[in-house]
Amino acid sequence: MHALRIGSLSTAVLIGSLLALLLGALPITVNADVAGKSPLLLENPADGIYVHRGAMATTAAENGGDIANIGFIVGSRCVAVIDTGGTQAVGTALLAALRKRTDKPVCYVIHTHVHPDHSFGDAAFVGDATVFVAHARFPAALAARREGYRQALDRLLGVQAAGSEIAMPTLLVEGERQLDLGDRVISLKAWPTAHTNQDLTVFDLRTKTLWTGDLLFAGHVPVVDGKAIGWLAAIDALIALNAAHVIPGHGPPLRDAATAFADQRRYLQVLVSECRQALRDGVTLATAVDAIGSVEKERWLLFEDYHRRNVTAVYTELEWEN
Amino acid sequence: MRRRVARYSTLLPGLLLLAASLLSTTAALADTAPQASEVSVWSKVRSALFGSRVIDENAEAIIRLDAPSRAEDAATVPIAIRSQLLQTPSRYIRKLYLLVDNNPSPIAAVFELQPESGRAEIETRIRVEQYTEVRAIAELNDGALYMAHRYVKASGGCSAPAGKDPQEALRNVGRMRLRVDGPIEAGRPTVAQLAISHPNASGLVLDQLTRLYQPAYYVRTIEVRYAGRPVLTADIDFSISENPNFRFYFVPDGDGELQADVVDTEDLHFGSQLAIKVGGLGGPTR
Repeated sequence: MHALRIGSLSTAVLIGSLLALLLGALPITVNADVAGKSPLLLENPADGIYVHRGAMATTAAENGGDIANIGFIVGSRCVAVIDTGGTQAVGTALLAALRKRTDKPVCYVIHTHVHPDHSFGDAAFVGDATVFVAHARFPAALAARREGYRQALDRLLGVQAAGSEIAMPTLLVEGERQLDLGDRVISLKAWPTAHTNQDLTVFDLRTKTLWTGDLLFAGHVPVVDGKAIGWLAAIDALIALNAAHVIPGHGPPLRDAATAFADQRRYLQVLVSECRQALRDGVTLATAVDAIGSVEKERWLLFEDYHRRNVTAVYTELEWEN
Repeated sequence: MRRRVARYSTLLPGLLLLAASLLSTTAALADTAPQASEVSVWSKVRSALFGSRVIDENAEAIIRLDAPSRAEDAATVPIAIRSQLLQTPSRYIRKLYLLVDNNPSPIAAVFELQPESGRAEIETRIRVEQYTEVRAIAELNDGALYMAHRYVKASGGCSAPAGKDPQEALRNVGRMRLRVDGPIEAGRPTVAQLAISHPNASGLVLDQLTRLYQPAYYVRTIEVRYAGRPVLTADIDFSISENPNFRFYFVPDGDGELQADVVDTEDLHFGSQLAIKVGGLGGPTR
């Protein structure tokens, strides 16, 4: 008994130190800034373009819900914020960072899609002067999901979730629409169902900067909450925009996004072709989620968190394609 | 037709009453420890469906339940009820109950089977609203009850909005597909798959604009016959995932037609047929 206890203790110590080593090596940043509501760290990839990179992680207490890329574009008249982060605290810290760069009013908060890690920071920006902008299908998606998102946020973050709210947008985009921030025009495009059924991209004409929202994941495994086939088509159209700077929804801002787009396309194509084969062969969903796409496992962060759900989504999408 | 009416009048009102009484229970228990709610929901369902009859949980030889311990997508959790028992006229499973304790309506499906079903195996996909026991209970033709159960960690499956693309889902309501994977031999249990394009929506999704819950709209009954004789009938509800999908067995005793008929809560009827040739390789309906 005594020997056993010593044995298991040293095993625990060993596992603990291995874990510490692993954690140290992983690109998980603890964003202590958010808790103290001090400004977020920003990158400035192009003139007037500011991006805060979220942690490459799922929403958890140690990252405070700060897991998505968020930021803003500064014009001579006003500022457009693009996504607001996973909690009110993240949104407040983004606003604090923004105020260190400019005192111009925030005229628009633009949602790239409804997912909570991009939008619960809205609470920090609600005010008379700010118009919330989103895809025309955003309100219905938000109405259906808000309750569930709120419960999940409370469960994952507890008190850190306090005050978080997703605002109902009032300026809705179908097709394309341009907004003038003062000597700076940005072009918004609402996409057919791809990553979700309400993806919206933002293109800054002056610096040719493309904010893809979650239509591009760089390094972080893509997440399919829409249609893989539609997403593959969107990727081709996004590449054709020839952007000088690309800001993905997750992962680093890129000067050259060709590799990131190619990686994502390959991942989705693997899912589509293997799911089609499984459906032809009569392989069940339960078997498919364990077998499909394993070749991609080492190529992505957070693969274990999202991949099987992606297989479920693509398999059930393709079940009805003929 | 008369048979169907009779079956509704005996089974469905009971199930609906039970569902109604449990709806409030599960909602109230949502924030308490899972253990407490499981006990009370299961004991209620148990006494409503089976009274004080003995349920044998040492059921390996009769029934098994495959389910993921942690579901990747709570709205689409694949489960399989397996059985080692070959269906014969003298001894067969005549009913399979699929229960999801902590769902707003815990009785996900009740399947009726025949000796001609060959094997009492069903694969389908369920919604899971919160961490829950999932149970499969087999009732043999002599009335004996056997239960297998698995704990599944998932949440939000019932109150999640239907589908990735709700508008498209509504456009495709009622499309059906039957598929049989051969080779098809007379007298041998053969696996078939029925897929139904339907939102199978829970009605638990709150519309924040109108503050109204969207009406429940789901498939209610399924009847599958081979050569005119019943193979599988099922009463289901919205605990079955969008686009309900079932794999099951039947025994072809010669050439014939596999026929599936479905009725939903709007009383819309949908049907699909697949010609089966003994010695053939099977395939899907188009």
